[in-house]
Amino acid sequence: MATGRRRLRRFTRTERAVHWVHATAFLVLLATGLALYLPSLSELLGRRPLLKSIHVYTAVAWIVALVFVIAVGDRRSLRATLREIDLFDRDDRDWLLRRHAPQGRLNAGQKLNAILTAVFAVLFAVTGVLLWYGERDTRFRFAQTILIHDWLMYVSFFLFMGHLYLSVIHPKTRHALTGITRGWVYEDWAREHHAKWARGAGADAP
Amino acid sequence: MSSNEADARPYGRRAFLGLLAAGLTSFAWAGPASRIFAPVTSQFSQLTGDLLPVGGWRIYTISGSMPLFDRRTWRLELAGLVRKPRSLTYQDLLALPRAEQVSTFHCVTGWTVENVHWAGVRLEHLLALAEPLPAARAIRFVSLEQPYNDSLTLQQATLSDVMLAYEMDGRPLTRAHGSPARVVIPEMYGYKGVKWLTRMELVSSQPTGYWEGLGYDQNAWVGRSNGYG
Repeated sequence: MATGRRRLRRFTRTERAVHWVHATAFLVLLATGLALYLPSLSELLGRRPLLKSIHVYTAVAWIVALVFVIAVGDRRSLRATLREIDLFDRDDRDWLLRRHAPQGRLNAGQKLNAILTAVFAVLFAVTGVLLWYGERDTRFRFAQTILIHDWLMYVSFFLFMGHLYLSVIHPKTRHALTGITRGWVYEDWAREHHAKWARGAGADAP
Repeated sequence: MSSNEADARPYGRRAFLGLLAAGLTSFAWAGPASRIFAPVTSQFSQLTGDLLPVGGWRIYTISGSMPLFDRRTWRLELAGLVRKPRSLTYQDLLALPRAEQVSTFHCVTGWTVENVHWAGVRLEHLLALAEPLPAARAIRFVSLEQPYNDSLTLQQATLSDVMLAYEMDGRPLTRAHGSPARVVIPEMYGYKGVKWLTRMELVSSQPTGYWEGLGYDQNAWVGRSNGYG
């Protein structure tokens, strides 16, 4: 590590908590869901009711943890992040059209990923509750619920693989992982990838 | 902040609400869309077997683990209102006249696998062995997976495309698909096709099966039952 490289604070502890609550829940839910329903995995596992319970209670813990983080965390930073994700300027639009354009703290692709993740979270929760409650009350048992839950899984699985590639493998972008684990990134990296933000955040260095 | 702040637009919330609406309305269009994609997903299931998560098949069970097939101890009991109760071994079953068919499998939860290649035995050959009494009106199928059971009337059970299948897509049934033998009735939803079959009991009237007890229809005709059609 080069000495004297300046660091910029990129994500607050609250933002990181929201990210990791999501990530942990997603992985546990994906693993238990696949183990239950994929023909190739389903016969390896003998304890299906246990897996189902883990799946259901992880979903409950996920919602509870999110509410908890929002209740006790730095809501101001979350509101600022929401506003940031909401607003797309000309540079964002240019970036999405694959033209070179300086990006803010979150680039346009990261904003889209956050939006998709939020949509998927709501749809997963709605269909999941219907699947669970439909077992208890036939009026809430709809033919398509499990199909939709399945499709959400397939699409979010590929989004997740892309996310993993960019954050862990791709040499140019993987430094971003430090931002979501420890909260900071190197200034020189930020100047290259998030120029507009790096320019304005100079005073913020921890 | 951004030098382009002035032309920033709240596209984020629009995208969120738009995608959410698309997702929620899928309760209306997911079924038809799934039928459009069925030829593609079905082909994947034949190409990749059970290896990749792109087959059309999903596996549901009602108990802790799937029954394990042991060809030395497995028996198919033919019992109830019959003149000659039988206990068939796996070899006995394979020795009966073999039938093959290609048919579409519909699950009541909305997914479909097209062009499934089945091989097995027509039920009339099994019934001929046991000789049902005149009072027999229906067959109760009992699974090794307790307490799964379901039934068909004799008329339904002898439709031309109904079989007791022991092969799927050219290979012996796998454990997940109900080895060694399962009921196949393409015109009805999959819950009528009892997997891990171990007993066929001739009865005078149709009993309430496992899923019927949980609110599903006794006559599970595809497209005409369980709220469809």
